[in-house]
Amino acid sequence: MSTLALGKVGRRPRLGAITGTAPRAAFGHVVRNEVRLALRRPIGLIGGVALPVALLVIFGKVPAFKQVVPSFGGGDIFDAYVPVLMCFGLAMLALLGLPIQLVSYRELGVLRRLSTTPVPRSWLLAAQGVVQLGTAVITIVAILVISMTAFGVPAPKSPGGLVVSLLLATAGLFAIGLLVAAVARTSAAVNVIGRVTFFPLMFFAGLWLPRALMPSALLDISNYTPLGAMVQAVQASMKTGFPPAAPLLVLAAYAVVFGYLARRFFRWE
Amino acid sequence: MDVLENRTAGWQDARPEQVVTQPAVEIAHLRKTYGPLVAVDDVSFSVAEGEIFGLLGPNGAGKTTTAECAIGLRTPDAGRIRLMGLDPHADADAARLHETVGVQLQASALPPKLRVSEILDMYRSFYRHPADVGELIEVLGLAGKRKDFYKSLSGGQRQRLSVALALVGQPKIAVLDEMTTGLDPQARRDAWALIEGIRDRGVTIVLVTHFMEEAERLCDRVALIDHGRVVALDTPAGLATRARGGKSVRFAPSAPFDDGLLTALPEVTQVEHKGQHVVVTGTGELVNAVILALAAAGVTARDMQLDSSNLEDAFVKLTGRQQDKEEGATS
Repeated sequence: MSTLALGKVGRRPRLGAITGTAPRAAFGHVVRNEVRLALRRPIGLIGGVALPVALLVIFGKVPAFKQVVPSFGGGDIFDAYVPVLMCFGLAMLALLGLPIQLVSYRELGVLRRLSTTPVPRSWLLAAQGVVQLGTAVITIVAILVISMTAFGVPAPKSPGGLVVSLLLATAGLFAIGLLVAAVARTSAAVNVIGRVTFFPLMFFAGLWLPRALMPSALLDISNYTPLGAMVQAVQASMKTGFPPAAPLLVLAAYAVVFGYLARRFFRWE
Repeated sequence: MDVLENRTAGWQDARPEQVVTQPAVEIAHLRKTYGPLVAVDDVSFSVAEGEIFGLLGPNGAGKTTTAECAIGLRTPDAGRIRLMGLDPHADADAARLHETVGVQLQASALPPKLRVSEILDMYRSFYRHPADVGELIEVLGLAGKRKDFYKSLSGGQRQRLSVALALVGQPKIAVLDEMTTGLDPQARRDAWALIEGIRDRGVTIVLVTHFMEEAERLCDRVALIDHGRVVALDTPAGLATRARGGKSVRFAPSAPFDDGLLTALPEVTQVEHKGQHVVVTGTGELVNAVILALAAAGVTARDMQLDSSNLEDAFVKLTGRQQDKEEGATS
């Protein structure tokens, strides 16, 4: 029998290679177990849902935040925090929640084991995406509903603009999270990378210093950070109408560039 | 090495019935390198359906790499691999292969906060013709653990769950990699009984191990792998015999006798005198032949000791090194 050189030498695994013959219902089972895990280890839900919602309620109770600041475009300080807290929840889920889960699955060998079954490994990644996105939707809806009903925040001027802004922001942030999952070897490393990314990004989103109060140099930087762009786009949708192109393009660029890099560097093992 | 050549020739020519019914596993001239490191140099073997086949060798010999190439986890540099006629590295076959081959990997854990039943129900949903989970749980002795979290299982229970996941798709072939490493002796014996039970269900088993005793106890045939090559391939007993050039029997004769009496026997290859004792080396039904021949000459063999070498002797002799005692991960 002659030696047969095999054509493809897998330099890097194909992300999302569909080789499975698994019944479609299997995806439902994978998602169900991911939901169970999210509920049983609720640190992700605490950071991604409970914390931003709690901050919203606390900020809503602070009398000083009811102060109308002319430079805020007619809103009060609390209004300015609504998009920032949406950012907070989304960034927690995308930069910490998603990559920690994926990297721990790689560390544990869960992905390896999965690749010996008819189910493609990408299904687990997709199931994680479903869980994190579902959680993000809960956070965003909770923030909108609570801020409007309990604290008198006016309904968004451009609901369509809000949806577009949030979708692009989600795509950009999750792409960054996937890149973190791609380059971090251990879940401990994700924790470090995630936090080191999260806090500066939240600064530019205006968590400590609202964007309206930032000096122009800082604001220029903020406009090009993913969370700064997200706050800009969401704020515009809430208050004035469909957001300007600039922040939307910034978010789309993050989604494309980081999405490409994540795909390029993602390791299944 | 002649052992290898005999055997690799054997599965192609000498046993026509094996060629007609295709072997469960067929590996020919497998090679896998990582940069300058040659993990698998040239490995060939085939496994008949229903066999328990052992890949035995010291740590780092290339056993696991061989197994991982075989199941499609790693792409080999060269070589031919077929499992039930399917090529794990052809996309068209890979999907069917995952339905056919169950794999238990070394060092592959599961999420700590999933329950045994949740894990099994999920893996069951991956297959089109899954096994009965209730029965599987029963057979693997996990019945009382259904509702337990993975993290609360003992090492042996985790290992059995891992085997359950390898079997839940009703595979025709099960590849089990170091499944008893890290288990206590009782759990290891339980695992052995389990493997025999799986074979009785008609599953072909490829067992990767660095435990001599395990291979000796379980395997129908063993490929002894060292430095990425098959250095010997035979039944455990055959390997042991080969290592010694046969078995030997040692006794004190009741009276002097002519050596020709024994050297004339087809079973006997050598007769040596060591003081009061005589050591006869040979093969087959050596003891019976020696006793009968001596009795015919009116000589009694006293103090008789049969010296049969075991797989461990074969291992040391064929690889030129002691078995690794530590139970670390192997490559």
